[in-house]
Amino acid sequence: MKKSVFIGALTAATLAAGVAGAATLDDVKARGELICGVNTGLVGFAAPDANGNWSGFDVAICQAVAGAVLGDPSKVKYVPTSGQTRFTALGSGEVDLLARNTTWTFSRDTDLKLQFTATNYYDGQGFMVRKDSGVTSAKELDGASICIQTGTTTELNLADYFKANNMSYQPITVDSNAEGEQQFLAGACDAYTTDASGLAATRAAFANPSDYVILPEIISKEPLAPAVRQGDDQWTDIVRWTVYALIAAEEYGVTSANIDELAKSTDNPEIKRLLGVEGDLGAMVGLDKDWAVNAIKANGNYGEIFAATIGEQTPIGLARGLNAQWTQGGLMYAPPFR
Amino acid sequence: MTTAPDAPEHQGFRLSQLIYDTRYRSMTIQIVVLFLVMGFVGWLVDNTIQNLNALGKDFNYSFLGQRAGYDIGNALIPYNNDMTHGRALLVGLLNTLWVSFLGCIAATVLGVIIGVLRLSKNWLVARMMTIYVEVFRNIPVLLWILVALALLTEVAPSPNQYKVNAATGEAKTSMLFESVAFTNRYTAIPSIHFDRSLGSLDTALAPISLNFLAIVLVLLASWFVTKAVNKNATKVQAATGVRPTTWWQNALIWLLPVAIVVTVLGINPEEPVLKGFNFTKGTNVSNAFVALWAGLSLYTAAFIAEIVRAGIMAVSKGQSEAAFALGLRPSRTMRLVILPQALRVIIPPLISQFLNLTKNSSLAIAVGYLDLRGTLGGITLNQTGRELEAITLMMLIYLVISLLISGGMNIFNNRVKLKER
Ligand SMILES: N[C@@H](CCC(=O)N[C@@H](CS)C(=O)NCC(=O)O)C(=O)O
Repeated sequence: MKKSVFIGALTAATLAAGVAGAATLDDVKARGELICGVNTGLVGFAAPDANGNWSGFDVAICQAVAGAVLGDPSKVKYVPTSGQTRFTALGSGEVDLLARNTTWTFSRDTDLKLQFTATNYYDGQGFMVRKDSGVTSAKELDGASICIQTGTTTELNLADYFKANNMSYQPITVDSNAEGEQQFLAGACDAYTTDASGLAATRAAFANPSDYVILPEIISKEPLAPAVRQGDDQWTDIVRWTVYALIAAEEYGVTSANIDELAKSTDNPEIKRLLGVEGDLGAMVGLDKDWAVNAIKANGNYGEIFAATIGEQTPIGLARGLNAQWTQGGLMYAPPFR
Repeated sequence: MTTAPDAPEHQGFRLSQLIYDTRYRSMTIQIVVLFLVMGFVGWLVDNTIQNLNALGKDFNYSFLGQRAGYDIGNALIPYNNDMTHGRALLVGLLNTLWVSFLGCIAATVLGVIIGVLRLSKNWLVARMMTIYVEVFRNIPVLLWILVALALLTEVAPSPNQYKVNAATGEAKTSMLFESVAFTNRYTAIPSIHFDRSLGSLDTALAPISLNFLAIVLVLLASWFVTKAVNKNATKVQAATGVRPTTWWQNALIWLLPVAIVVTVLGINPEEPVLKGFNFTKGTNVSNAFVALWAGLSLYTAAFIAEIVRAGIMAVSKGQSEAAFALGLRPSRTMRLVILPQALRVIIPPLISQFLNLTKNSSLAIAVGYLDLRGTLGGITLNQTGRELEAITLMMLIYLVISLLISGGMNIFNNRVKLKER
């Protein structure tokens, strides 16, 4: 008797349990808000200002997706995630989208069951040292204490690099960029290593940025891409094509300033399709006709976002480099909108 | 007198008796609760399985055999990034045990001293101890750990301050006794070096130096001999009433053999040397470890002090008065009369403090000391994405550690507790 009741209870529980909903788009629309996982604070990529308004390169992706899906880029809730918590936050459904300096790797894509949408920044791992240490190359770091953020590709690359070069090092594990910054400034480590873009952003926030140098060696490939959960193809498509819409907009010269004008006057069929003047690409992913218009209006096209958040005119001062349009010798290349 | 009302049992069993009859009620409640608990557990397990399925994940521990790929700063056993996640787990576990062990010792020593001093008749001393207890136990231990680390990193110079300037022949900071260097990363202390080595024994865990083993064996032998000497002294005392002096014999037995062995092996300290960025040769005790250890010990000592104070106060005053009346000296009164009775009260709560300290050691991640939480529950979990596996395994390990500690302490408790007749 005991057993049958137990089985009964089990079946009841089975019915009640329910599986986490697969249709993220419906969830987001019903909620009226996009929940976006960002980093805990890296000026230029994602950081809140004094009023709690988030801005940055990664934040702009969140806002573009909110624009495309909800028609309002401000309808985003930001959830700060550390290197350690980000994948759990995404996997458990706590966030709809992870836009957080996250490298697209084989095991994350397959074993961790993530779906990387489209690379929005081609990066690589670098080192930062104090200028007065006299170090000019990563090859001179034998025996150094190095600060690394745990739960990142960074710590694995570092181990590989030092082994390949027959050097030793003392890892100083930190949990967030802020902690790494503090340890590095206090001199607890000789070098700080992370994505080169992250180093530039971190350095820009120092009191005396010029006292620190970023070494020329780039020891890894870090394609950073917004990620979503595996198993929801529609949502993956939406995020992926929102990123491509921003990239394509730059290629075709569509900016936040001229977009309304262009929508009326352009003869270019590709732009017409992108902006929903012709055909209905939006419907194919369950969105409105003007999804891309709303995405681009949020913060402008890819080039505008880059220039405003991390570009050469900002304190972070990153050059476009690999992240220039393919027409300019970079790797930014959006597939055709048709 | 065959009327039914007083004899309900004759009416047979009614279902309502399960609730209203006190003979059955407790049984009913227990069974209902059992089913509820089983149902809840079943629901949890089922929900987990379904969600894992929905995510396309399975539940297996094969990742423990895969290459870890990351480095660990302070490993007690040989470790490098080519070893497995299982080995990294072991490194983390040993770090947890090591800091907990040293923490329990320091907290107990400190706690006993503070607890006793708090009962001191000296007003100032007693007040100061009260302040210590109140300050340390009322601020979260995480903050103490962070404060300790901040102090160590901000106050101490960086290793390159010890660099000797080629032109002036002087360094900005010099080493203590030319052998200890406090830095903002670690404290460099001399390590022990033997000129002659007996070789080493390779075990799966770590190579054990035979020199070390030899010293341990000699000390063990000394211990047995002193025990025999003391036993003999007691016998003589029982027979003659006079206890022979044994202290110099004991001292000799302890020191002489060890001294001979280490001289033969050619012991000498290996002083830390600054080479490149860091000190090498000696042993570097990392600040993360010291901060964690100090934070845990200082915090837990406050609780232990209260336990010790309560234990001593629980022994009635009449006991010490009676002991004095029998002519026992105060120190003996403490050792033979008060402490054995106080321990009975002290040990059970002390066990929970040891357990607390051990579990609190998982805050190590805050200072970057890679313990079990940092390796298995941190980097391994994150790099392999095996959240459920890693967390359940980690919980299991902490559970086993805690059970072992309380089991061991219970044995000790049974030995010291008052044997009542
Ligand atoms: N791209 C690497 C590293 C990502 C990472 O943690 N980046 C740092 C600096 S570029 C960061 O975002 N830190 C901000 C924070 O701690 O919240 C990865 O995906 O593992």
